Amino acid sequence: MTNTEEGVFFLTGKDFTNAGAASSSLKGILERRGVPPDIIRRMAIAAFEAELNVIIYAVAGMMKYRVTDTEIFVTVQDMGQGIPDIELAMTEGYSTATDHIREMGFGSGMGLPNIKKSTDNLAINSVMGEGTTLEFFIRIRSGGTEQA
Amino acid sequence: MNLAEILDTLNASVLTDKVTLQKSVENAYCADLMSDVLSFSTTKSILVTGLTNAQVIRTAEMAAIEMIVFVQGKRPDSQTIRLAEEKQIPLLVTDLSMFEACGKLYERGLRSKLHRHNQTPTIKCQAKSH
Ligand SMILES: Nc1ncnc2c1ncn2[C@@H]1O[C@H](COP(=O)(O)OP(=O)(O)OP(=O)(O)O)[C@@H](O)[C@H]1O
Ligand SMILES: [Mg+2]
Repeated sequence: MTNTEEGVFFLTGKDFTNAGAASSSLKGILERRGVPPDIIRRMAIAAFEAELNVIIYAVAGMMKYRVTDTEIFVTVQDMGQGIPDIELAMTEGYSTATDHIREMGFGSGMGLPNIKKSTDNLAINSVMGEGTTLEFFIRIRSGGTEQA
Repeated sequence: MNLAEILDTLNASVLTDKVTLQKSVENAYCADLMSDVLSFSTTKSILVTGLTNAQVIRTAEMAAIEMIVFVQGKRPDSQTIRLAEEKQIPLLVTDLSMFEACGKLYERGLRSKLHRHNQTPTIKCQAKSH
């Protein structure tokens, strides 16, 4: 816990030019810290899926991260329509993406399931008409502090 | 399979500049939906796709995919190529269709090893084919 680093990236809905830039920056931070590549890959995938959902479905949002020697925590919070049925949204293949979004390569309904599978814990909170918050973390295996 | 062999197999050309071509892959994935790539791909891979936007490069970056080949002569715009150069991901283009490109890579021994995430023991695939 000696070496904690945290920060925030801001996300703008429909800004497809910069879609993925926040996740890319987070990946860079993890690389600089020497986090093992398989952990970085899992976190990059989860962050990217969450970031894209904000860009596609919300008005604006932010990605907050906190990296310690043993864990990586990410919170992705947005202002947007919210998710009416989280269980349904978590179903593989379920998507409300339009044809336009599909043409860009999204809308296979795998994003939220991917986040769940890539992380050690995922919590989703959503309020209709207000927005959605995802919180997830991944344990970093190396470092020796790990017990549990 | 190394990049030179892939170029030869697909009669492909390289779109990126200043990106190392000293790369090789063991797996291949073919998709136009990026979450599919993110859910089942593994490392040491090539992505075969017909989609040419910046999100394809980002997806490859996140999933640590080694290289991308665009089929049917589809070329991304220069900004997308620049992003790939920045991320050191070689971009290739072939005139072959998706089906033919995948078929040729399969013929040369590439397979799609399925990624199982961090879940409990993988069931080893017993059969080669029947
Ligand atoms: N931040 C969000 N705000 C509002 N709705 C969301 C949000 N994230 C997801 N959803 C809803 O949940 C559905 C499933 O999301 P998920 O990320 O699993 O798939 P997708 O985005 O449709 O496709 P993919 O992620 O595979 O490209 C979405 O289609 C959308 O209806
Ligand atoms: Mg999604």
